[in-house]
Order: sequence, then structure tokens, then C-alpha cells
Amino acid sequence: MSLYTAETRRLTKRRFTRFFVLGTLLVLAAIVAGMFFTNHKASPERLAAAQAEADSQYQFAVQQASKETADCQAAQGTPAAQNYPPCDQIYQPAREDFRAEWYMDPMFDFREQFGFLVTALAALLAVMAFVIGATYVGAEWSSGGMMNLLLWRPRRLQVLGTKLAALLVSLGVFTVVVSAAWTGLFVLTAQLRGTLAGMTSGAWQSILLMELRGMVLVLAAGAVGFGLASLGRHTAMALGAAIGAIIVFQFGLGTVLSLAKVPFAEAYLVPVWALAWMDKSAVATDWNSCDYSSTSGCEPATITITWPMAGGVLAAVVLLIVGAAMWTMRSRDVT
Amino acid sequence: MNAVLEIQGLRKTYRSRKGVRRALDGFDMVVEAGQVHGFLGPNGSGKTTTLRTLLGLIRPNGGRMALLGREVPQALPEVAGLVGAIVESPQFFGNFSARDTLSLLADAGGVERARVHEVLELVGLRDRAGDRVKTYSLGMKQRLAVASALLKNPQLLILDEPANGLDPGGIREMRTLMRNLAESGMTVVLSSHILGEIQLICDSVTIISAGRRVAAGSVADVLAQHAASAVRVRVESVADLTGSAGALREIGAQVVVEPDHLMVSGLAHPSAITRTLAARGIYVSELAPVAVDLESVFLELTGTAPVEGEHRQVDESAAAPAPTVNGGWGQ
Ligand SMILES: Nc1ncnc2c1ncn2[C@@H]1O[C@H](COP(=O)(O)OP(=O)(O)O)[C@@H](O)[C@H]1O
Ligand SMILES: [Mg+2]
Repeated sequence: MSLYTAETRRLTKRRFTRFFVLGTLLVLAAIVAGMFFTNHKASPERLAAAQAEADSQYQFAVQQASKETADCQAAQGTPAAQNYPPCDQIYQPAREDFRAEWYMDPMFDFREQFGFLVTALAALLAVMAFVIGATYVGAEWSSGGMMNLLLWRPRRLQVLGTKLAALLVSLGVFTVVVSAAWTGLFVLTAQLRGTLAGMTSGAWQSILLMELRGMVLVLAAGAVGFGLASLGRHTAMALGAAIGAIIVFQFGLGTVLSLAKVPFAEAYLVPVWALAWMDKSAVATDWNSCDYSSTSGCEPATITITWPMAGGVLAAVVLLIVGAAMWTMRSRDVT
Repeated sequence: MNAVLEIQGLRKTYRSRKGVRRALDGFDMVVEAGQVHGFLGPNGSGKTTTLRTLLGLIRPNGGRMALLGREVPQALPEVAGLVGAIVESPQFFGNFSARDTLSLLADAGGVERARVHEVLELVGLRDRAGDRVKTYSLGMKQRLAVASALLKNPQLLILDEPANGLDPGGIREMRTLMRNLAESGMTVVLSSHILGEIQLICDSVTIISAGRRVAAGSVADVLAQHAASAVRVRVESVADLTGSAGALREIGAQVVVEPDHLMVSGLAHPSAITRTLAARGIYVSELAPVAVDLESVFLELTGTAPVEGEHRQVDESAAAPAPTVNGGWGQ
């Protein structure tokens, strides 16, 4: 327990941790502010203004069309006629093509939009967790702090495990607090600049579950960063591995797979799996295939990745990396 | 007397891409309780490797070790709280202050925080304890390292080259500190390659060369065993030095010719010198026994005495003859 509190203190005392957390919070605040100021509630005045805008656009379009038609008819019998389609086919605007709601500032629809925002939050916090987890243990290894600590606490697995626990608990608490604030701020945005319509208790429950899955993603990212940096005994190892993985797996593998016309190329790439985890399912499409049906012609084949599948992959990756870190910690020479 | 540190037949081989390096090759060592023990050896002889192995940081390839009467590494979790150590000028996380660094260690090891101030005072860092370690000089980092080892108030204190980077005043303070700690009942093991230091404060020494013990015992014993009783000889005329040297060599002495005197050894009785030289009409103006010091014993035993016109390389040192069976365990 004393080791645990010491490690939590070490983590939160680090300037890098503080700066990175602060930076993440600033980005999140910017998103909240952006959403707040670009959305507006529908009011009679706003509706009238939008109607007027739609009307004037309609009038302008009608004028354009009639001028075009007149030019077309005047050009008949001259060489310029080839520039025009048959004059009766020139587009004539219709009223319903200029609806007032298209000229209104957007309104924040909580039920429609918040799900995406939960995913965005999870993604940002996951990146933060990865980097903080990696630097936290990486700096310990490269500064010799780990060696010093082992002189005090020779049980190596306990030391590494306690460090990981301190990291994950801190990240977990942080994620819960930030998610609560995130939800609260967007509820407020919806109340002031949009609508909370359709937020039944079932809808709330699904938001809550999504936030929980987001937290799991954040913790997994932290554990992977921690494990990689501990394996390589350096922060740079983890960051290098992450960048390498992105380049090789995302861009390199993506290109190769699509060149090789491998079916369902997206299914080999991380974003689909992350989305499947957050949105409960994601669809990968094999654009080269053709499921012919008489009604809709050629339909490309799809496979659906469900969140249990994505969760299983996530758990396997975390177990593999953390397990390897623990395994090497057990017997390596600390010099 | 009971031994607080015992090592027998310790072997460690480092394997890397560049090949295999035998750092310890059947090394033995014993340290009795309450002593200040010097652990001497040239660079690369295996001192740090020994201490790392003892403290469980690296795995030996063979041999037995015990700390405070308990076999390690098995019993290390139990004895770790009683053994304070620094290994090879430890590094600290640069952005934390000395006080933060120590209080984190104190928390991790279950030592009360008040002890942090005591040790900072003890090593002379009190007024700089709030500064970031990154801004410390080498000597200040070394003091912090010693402070971290003292934090546990250990029964056994192991310091790897503690004088590294210290100024003369700091070295003298460190010496006094070690003596005081030993008087308060702490056993202190100091590794060093600075011989004067060790001779001044140590009760006993172990000398290591090329991964093996070449000498051990109290400082007086080691000196007595290896004192090649030398005599400094001056003659009336410097021109006679070469002739004198030849004459003395004829009677079996080892002679080193210096610019204005001779160093003569290997003779049972110094009177043989005066007799021999007088017989040749050369008169001795000074005949002084030279007190051997640890340094010359060290240079002799480890084979690292400088030779004119040669640049000795780090690994060129003498290895002991075959390790003696039974050496050192529980004597
Ligand atoms: N991590 C390592 N990998 C390979 N060789 C090492 C390592 N650490 C030390 N050695 C080698 O082991 C020998 C003993 O080193 P060391 O114990 O540090 O010597 P000392 O502390 O007496 O100067 C040296 O030859 C050194 O090069
Ligand atoms: Mg060393």
C-alpha cells in the first residue's frame, strides 16, 4: 500500500503528466466551446430570418433560370446554340428546394450527436493514456529510478504491478471525472443550444455503457503504453512502437492489402475495430465482390465486427504486451 | 565475529552481441560486522558487478551469497530493508527535487518522512534539497545517493565508489561520516579504486582483480603479507648509482635505478647493502626503509603498476591463481 501511494504520488507529481493532462483538457474544452458556439436553438426570429434567406435564394435562382432560358431561346439558330441543352430542359428551381431549415444555424441534437462525441473523448483520452503510461515507466527505467526502487523493494513483479495499478487507477478516476464533466457540459449545450429530445432512460443507459467502453479503451491504451516502455526500458521504445505500428499497420498494410485486393481490407486496420468497440458494431466492406440480386443489382459483401469481437482482440493485445513486460521484468539484468 | 556479507565462488558472465565477457570468475568475499571494509580493484575488475549481483539486480551464473546471515537472492525481500546501497553513481529522475526523490523512496520503503530531513542534513544538502536534481553537480548527486542509502538507517551500508566527484572537503566529510556510522554499529562496505582513501578509514579490505579475489584481510595483514620491504639507497656521488646497482644485483637484490637514488628490495638484511657497496669504495649517504602502502600492494597484486612507455589497457590486469577452494565462506 505504501508503495502504491508513493507511485501514485510519483505519477501525479511528474511535470510531463501534468502538462499532458492540461493539454488534453484544453483540447476538450475547445471542442465543448466550439460545439456550444456553432449551435443555436430554433426560435421564431431565427426561423423568420432563415425563411427570408431561403426566399431570397429562391428568388435569385428563379431569376438565373429565366435569364438562362431567355438566352437559350435567343441563341436558337445561331452557332452559340450548341452551348445550350434543349431550352425546355433547363433547370427550373422549385420552392421545396429552398427550405428554411437549411438556412438555419445547426441545433445541437444530443441524442443524434453525443455518441460521436463520446467516441472522440475516448480516442483523445486513449492517446493521452498511452503517452503518459509510456513516459511514466520509461523515464523510471532510463533515469535509473527503477534500479533505485528495486534496492528498496526487491520483489520485481510487485513493483511493476503496483506501478501499473497506480497508473490505471489514476487514469480510471481521471476518465470518470472527465466523462462526467463531458456529459454534463453537453447536456447543458443541448439545453441552451439544442435539444435533449428522445433521451429516454434506455438512451441514457446506452450512453453510459458507451462511456464505460470508452474507459476500457483508455485503460487498455495506458496499459499498452506502459508495457511497451517497460519492455524497451525507454519511453522512446513505446512511442516508436506506436508510430511504427501506425505506419506499418495503417498506411503500409492498408495500401498493400488494397493493392493485393484482399477482401475486407479495412477489417485488418485498427480504426474499424476501435469503432466496433465503441459503437457496438462496425461494418467492413469488400468492394470487389458482387452479391447479385435482381432487385438491387450488385451489392458488395460486408462483414460486421461486433463489440465482443473487438473486446476480445483488445484484451488479447493488452494481455500479450503486459504479460511480456512482466515476464522480462522477472529475470532481466538491471544495469 | 559474525559475517554480515559473505560471497563464495561467485561467477557472472555477461552475454551480448559482441560476445561473452567473464566479469566474475569464482569471487569470494567476507565482511565482518561493525567494520569499514574496503573493496578494491582496478576499473573493470568486477566490483560493481559483485555489488549488483549481491543486491539482486543481476543474476549470477553460480556461487553463493549471504547478507546479514541470510542467503540471497532468496531472502532479499526480508533483508532489503536493512541494507542501504548505492551502485555505480546512481541516477535520479532529474525533474524532481532531492527532497521529493527521497520522500518517494521513504514512502515506498515504509520509512517515516522525518528521516528525509535527517539524511539531507547529514550529507550536507539541506539548503539545496528543494532544487531539481537536474541542476546538481556530480558531487551533489553523489551526496544525494549516499543520503538515499542512509535513509533506511541500514545495518549494512554498501557504497560503490562514493568518493566519485566529491571535492577534497567532501571526501574528508564522507570519511568522517563513514567512521561515525561504523562507530554507531553500522557495517560499511566501500568500493573504490582510490587507495589512500581506503587505507585511511578501512579496517579490512578485499582486493579484486579480473573477477577474482587476490587479497583479503585487515589492512595491516595485507600490507605485511605483501610488503616487499624496500630500501631507499643514496650514495655520495650520483655517478656511482649505476655501478652500485650492478653490484647489488650480483648479490641477488632487485634494484630500480631512480635519478638520484636506488630502490632496493629482495634482501634479508639491509646491512648487506652497506657491506657490498663499501667493499667497492662507494659510500652510502642514506639508507631508509620505505613504508609500503596499500597503493603499491594494490599495484603489485593487480598487476596494474604503470610501465614506462606503455599504455596499459583496462582489461590488462593480473588474475589470481586458481581460486582457493573453500575460500571465504564462513571463516
Ligand atoms: N551490462 C554489461 N554488459 C556487458 N559487460 C559488462 C556489463 N557491465 C559490466 N560489464 C563488464 O564486466 C566487467 C566488470 O565490470 P564492473 O563490475 O563494472 O567493474 P568495476 O566496477 O570494478 O569497474 C568489465 O569488463 C565490464 O566491461
Ligand atoms: Mg564500478
